[in-house]
Amino acid sequence: MARVVVDVMLKPEILDPQGQAVQRALPRLGFDGISDVRQGKRFELEVDGPVDDAALARIRQMAETFLANTVIEDFSVKVES
Amino acid sequence: MTLDTVKHAEQTPEVEQPWKELGLKEDEYARVREILGRRPTGAELAMYSVMWSEHCSYKSSKVHLRQFGEKAPRSDAMLVGIGENAGVVDVGEGYAVTFKVESHNHPSYVEPYQGAATGVGGIVRDIIAMGARPVAVVDPLRMGAADHPDTKRVLPGVVAGIGGYGNSLGLPNIGGELVFDACYQGNPLVNAGAVGVMRHEDIHLAKASGAGNKVILYGARTGGDGIGGASILASETFDATKPSKRPAVQVGDPFQEKLLIECTLEAFAEKLVVGIQDLGAAGLSCATSELASNGSGGMRVELDDVPLRDSTLSPEEILMSESQERMCAVVEPDKVERFLAICEKWDVIATVIGEVTDGDRLEIFWHGEMIVDVDPRTVAHEGPVYERPYARPSWQDTLQADDAGRLPRPEGGDELREQVIEVLGSPNLASKAWVTDQYDRFVQGNTVLAQPEDSGMIRVSEESGLGVAIATDGNGRYAKLDPYTGAQLALAEAYRNVAAGGARPLAVSDCLNFGSPEDPDVMWQFVEAVRGLADGCQVLGTPVTGGNVSLYNQTGEAAIHPTPVVAVLGVIDDVARRTPIAFADEGHLLYLLGETREEFGGSAWSQVVHDHLGGLPPAVDLERERLLGEILISASRDGMVDAAHDLSDGGLIAAVTESCLRGGHGARLVVPDGLSAFTFLLSESAGRAIVAVPRSEELRFTDMCGARGLPATRIGVVDGEALEVQGEFTIPLDELRDIHESAIPGLLG
Repeated sequence: MARVVVDVMLKPEILDPQGQAVQRALPRLGFDGISDVRQGKRFELEVDGPVDDAALARIRQMAETFLANTVIEDFSVKVES
Repeated sequence: MTLDTVKHAEQTPEVEQPWKELGLKEDEYARVREILGRRPTGAELAMYSVMWSEHCSYKSSKVHLRQFGEKAPRSDAMLVGIGENAGVVDVGEGYAVTFKVESHNHPSYVEPYQGAATGVGGIVRDIIAMGARPVAVVDPLRMGAADHPDTKRVLPGVVAGIGGYGNSLGLPNIGGELVFDACYQGNPLVNAGAVGVMRHEDIHLAKASGAGNKVILYGARTGGDGIGGASILASETFDATKPSKRPAVQVGDPFQEKLLIECTLEAFAEKLVVGIQDLGAAGLSCATSELASNGSGGMRVELDDVPLRDSTLSPEEILMSESQERMCAVVEPDKVERFLAICEKWDVIATVIGEVTDGDRLEIFWHGEMIVDVDPRTVAHEGPVYERPYARPSWQDTLQADDAGRLPRPEGGDELREQVIEVLGSPNLASKAWVTDQYDRFVQGNTVLAQPEDSGMIRVSEESGLGVAIATDGNGRYAKLDPYTGAQLALAEAYRNVAAGGARPLAVSDCLNFGSPEDPDVMWQFVEAVRGLADGCQVLGTPVTGGNVSLYNQTGEAAIHPTPVVAVLGVIDDVARRTPIAFADEGHLLYLLGETREEFGGSAWSQVVHDHLGGLPPAVDLERERLLGEILISASRDGMVDAAHDLSDGGLIAAVTESCLRGGHGARLVVPDGLSAFTFLLSESAGRAIVAVPRSEELRFTDMCGARGLPATRIGVVDGEALEVQGEFTIPLDELRDIHESAIPGLLG
């Protein structure tokens, strides 16, 4: 069984309130040297059968229509062996 | 790429500029060149294009909106009128209330959650810019057909967005509407209103006066979101083939907004602020040009000092960005330090980005070079004004001739019962609890009435019980049949809703949602609706204090129904004397106030049972509305009625059903002489309300109605576990509840 990972991130120009909250908290906790934080989502999909082009195309479609809100988010798909 | 400075623009007059892509028309671009005496720089072009867009300049609507000022009834309550961020009304005891309704239609269709959320954020900033503390929000919504798959995408997102943002801010959502109609399929209407309270002496106006005063931008950093939102998203018809540039939707952060509220009000309380403006559509372009042109005129801004989220932004993008949760204040130099300290206390980024000058130019610099040199008035207030052609649509007569009175009516009690159930269970009349349960209606502990009551009511003073009520209404079907009457019906209904709760209506705000003004049919609808509303406000003595126009709500050739949404604000001396809609006690007598005629044009019955829209909407008699309002307010103040409910869509049966279910008691109704049961139950004649009168008050109440000449007909009594229409049918309360409450969850759950 293969695992496909879909990473979903807010588009770079979109405000990320969660990431900003983390960034503001870091220096308070003594972690310096981080100028920006962006927070995203990671989906790990266990795929039945082979991860061929057809399966990847299906996963891309899945990501585009359901896992990511492509109006404000980008996603990337990668296969983990 | 070389920076397009003013000097560069003077030397290169022939450069091709993307005015068309930015939404300017050819003659508008020519006018910019004429004003400047040269070609605009890229940054100037960005500013003019957003500020001259329909959304910001009101270029098609301006000539007609003047009527709201010209015909405004004299009102001692009006403290600040049209033109400011929001109107302000005196409610007594030294308190003033500001309120306004705006649209966020297009963004909410593209990205329902964030579109609706930032709509709430925007209207709340308008309220704080007046110096008021926001106390409540309302959300009138119009969606496509309830059973359409896209409605399932848009509506839950919109509701979650409104709840997510408003609830996080700690603002109760006390009212609004939800209407479904196929005409809104590609163009849902997401209007948002807010109410704020302040003391008279705290009113603040948006202007920048006094050379040397500092311009401070505070709140969120500026990012690349929402660029061109104003000119492209809100002002042109959707066209699926156009490639998107930057994403034009914005993501909001309600927690940042909450800090902005507290920080702004604290700065106001210490009298640190000369002028203030929120950043909404057109962002910094709008804030700088409006502040400057409302003040003495001159302003110099260093764009390099604007805190950025994305360092790659160009100056044009910084000027056009619609990043949320930002405000701009003008502060005297010796108070800057204190202002910045307050911002720091609230963890709000604040930066001096410029100063007021004694000239009359708005000058903006980038990397030490001047990139904008304009007369701010030409950007903010002297944009193009269009006298768009308008004409009564050729189909209007045919539509009005298609009389709903000719539709087949139910024969006998059984069929009437069937159709009543069909109407009560239709999405537009069914319980909206699925929506309003997702909103926090009672946070802050001052909510006295909220949905499903006729109006939302908020206590303003804990000592005296002084309160304000707000209701929003609009009926696109009525307005389609006759826009003039339709707008007055919306006004009359909101007025009646406020009065039914016991509050005295004071002022009006409106959100005028229409199709493309370039279509003479649509423009006629708009002109008629504005005229109707202005005339109506004159009769009712309630001036329009401000509002918003949303045009281009259409997909291809098909425009939405003309939808003027009217908000009426009222005041009540003591909220303990309010009148709810619930039939709370058995034995109370039911009186129908007003006259019932055979009026079915645009009615819920004609839509639900016959899928029909034609004929004329119900007639309006505003003097009668005024009288009805007076009776309802007196009855509430003197404790003569226990419940009151306005009659509108769905007629008497819809109102009685809601009051029965709210109170948990049934009712026995008797059809009055001279009316058919069908007309009695389902006609939508305006100027009517139903009241529940305790027996001990009956004589006093009927005497009052008689003395003032308002028809009051005894139609039944609160009693039992069923809704019974004598001689016609009976519906047990349980069945009624099921019909009323399961419809919307059934469609969306």
